[in-house]
This record gives sequence, C-alpha cells and structure tokens, in this order.
Amino acid sequence: MIRSEILKEIAPILRDQLVVCNIGIPSQELHAIDDQPTNFYMLGTMGLASSIGLGLALAQPKTVIAIDGDGSVLTNLGTLPTIGNNAPSNYILMIIDNGSYGSTGDQPTYTGKKTDLAGMARAAGCDNVVVVQDVDTGKALQEAIDGGKATVMVVKCDSGNAKMPVITMDPVVIKHRFMEAVKA
Amino acid sequence: MNIDKKIADDLVANDVSFVTTVPCKQLAGVIDEIENRDDIFHIPSNKEDEGMGLCAGAFMGGKRPAIIMQNTAIGVTINTLATLTQYYRMPLPMIISYRGELREPVACQVEMAVHTKALLAQLNIPTYHFHWQKDVEEFDNILKYTFMCNKPVAILTDANFWGGYGDQ
Repeated sequence: MIRSEILKEIAPILRDQLVVCNIGIPSQELHAIDDQPTNFYMLGTMGLASSIGLGLALAQPKTVIAIDGDGSVLTNLGTLPTIGNNAPSNYILMIIDNGSYGSTGDQPTYTGKKTDLAGMARAAGCDNVVVVQDVDTGKALQEAIDGGKATVMVVKCDSGNAKMPVITMDPVVIKHRFMEAVKA
Repeated sequence: MNIDKKIADDLVANDVSFVTTVPCKQLAGVIDEIENRDDIFHIPSNKEDEGMGLCAGAFMGGKRPAIIMQNTAIGVTINTLATLTQYYRMPLPMIISYRGELREPVACQVEMAVHTKALLAQLNIPTYHFHWQKDVEEFDNILKYTFMCNKPVAILTDANFWGGYGDQ
C-alpha cells in the first residue's frame, strides 16, 4: 500500500479526531480524501507536524493524531526526546514510513536503508512504540486511540504518491476552522 | 528589581501558560524562574524551530505560548517564522538573549548579532531591544501588543540588560 491508500482506509477513524498533517502531498491527499475542520494542514515548514501535534496535545485534553513522514521526522529528530519526555496520554504520532521523500520526487531516505525510526524513538524515551505494516494501520490506530497512552506508530508502507490538487484554502482559514473544532 | 521574576510575573499576568526554552547562560535565571512557576508549563526544546512548532500547537489548543531563545536562533527559524507563525497568523512573544552585543566576551557571537536586527526587520517582525534594566517595564505592554496583533514579536535582551557576565 502507498500512503494515500492508507489514508483512505483510516479516514473514518481520523474523522472524529484532531489531526495535524504533514506538509506537502500527505496534506493534499488527506484534504482530497476527507477534508474535515478537525484537520490542520501544514502548508509549509517541513518537520514540525510532530511538534505542533505535541503542543496541541499538551494544551487540551482531546486526542491528537500527528501524521508525519519518515523524511520529516529525520529533519526534526530533536522531536523524539521531547516527545519521549513530555508526551501526554492523548498524543499519537503516526509516522508513515515509506522510506522516501515523497513530496520532492521519492528520493530515498535513510529509513529505507539502515536507520530504524522505531529504535530511535525508543532510545529517545518513547515508551510505547509500535511498528505496523500498512494493511494493519486502521486496527493499530484504533488501538492507540482506545489505549489512552502516548503512542508512536511507525507505519511501514510502499513509496508513492496519489495525484491530488494543492490546497488553496487560506492558512488563516485553516487555523480558524481548526481552532473552532478544537474548542467544540 | 529582579528581572527574572518580573518577566515571569508579566507572563503569568498576561495568561502566558506554555513556555518553551532553549538554554542560554544569560537566560538561565529566567528559565529557572519559569520552571518553578506552577502556572506556567515549561517544555524545553532541542531546537528553536521545534519550539515554535510546539508553541503553534499550544496556541491552537487554547494556550498563550512564548519562546525563550538566543538570537542565533533567528538564523535557524526564518522558514518557520515565515511559513508557520506568520503565514497562519499566530502570536508568539520571543524573549531573545541578544548575544554579541555590548559586554559580550565571545567574539563569534558578534557574527550573528550584526545580522539579527536586519533579519528581524526583513521579516517585518516588531522588535524591541532591552539594554537597561528599566527597559523591562515595557515587557507587559509588549505581551499585550503581541496577543493583540497575532504576530511573532522579538524582545532582544543584551548582556548589559542582564548585568553583564559573572566575570565583568
């Protein structure tokens, strides 16, 4: 499975949750598959989905799912110790690990070689790290939501992108709509 | 006047309850003060752009955030400031240790100091420079201004403001 197929499959689960989605094609795919006010789309700033999600989870009690990528986590590796030492029980980091920088043309990342993100997350102090194969994502995500503890999911899948339109929504509208959904 | 306490008091009075920090010798006292306040959640960051991401999330979750960092961080965070904090129009008080200014003992710090105000000006970030201890009296107004206009705002605090280094 590629990322867009996973997102299609888990869209019914994501719909009821606060989602912070990674920059580029992941946000475009989620927006096209199932746009929701509870989705915060990153339009810029590679690497910070996990951090924005963590700040949000710390600030309010609803479950937060940060959808990140292997390349983006590699660009902000300092996030893992911060998560490991501070993540509250309502925080789920779902790393779609397809071993490539999808938005820029599928150049390989190091996670497709020797680097093990799950091992790095554990070493950083994240207590609950699960490695999931693409077909099992929905089940694992639901378990993480129901489990009520901070979770890092590393979802192994194939490299590739669906052709989706860019997001033309104004960033301030995305933020406002999201903040209203957070408060609701 | 205890500057560290005054800064923390003003943060609390302005309902700032989520503060991320990257360490600095000059800022050690204020970071300690914030760590010890019950009404402020303190989360250290490993890098300043990470901290700005945390602050963006906290803001959308209903908290008023602030970041404490060195001016070298302006070099690290320009993209984040432009495409996250400014693009989505979010408020962010940035309490910045202005290394490389008067009374700085480390020559290399001057290299970023000479670019700091130009970079902030290029980004259209409102910028205040605290040089004398009494300048801290403006801090409360700056916080109110920041959350009024929903922008990142820089407060540069130099070594003279902090009373120099221990050996001076």
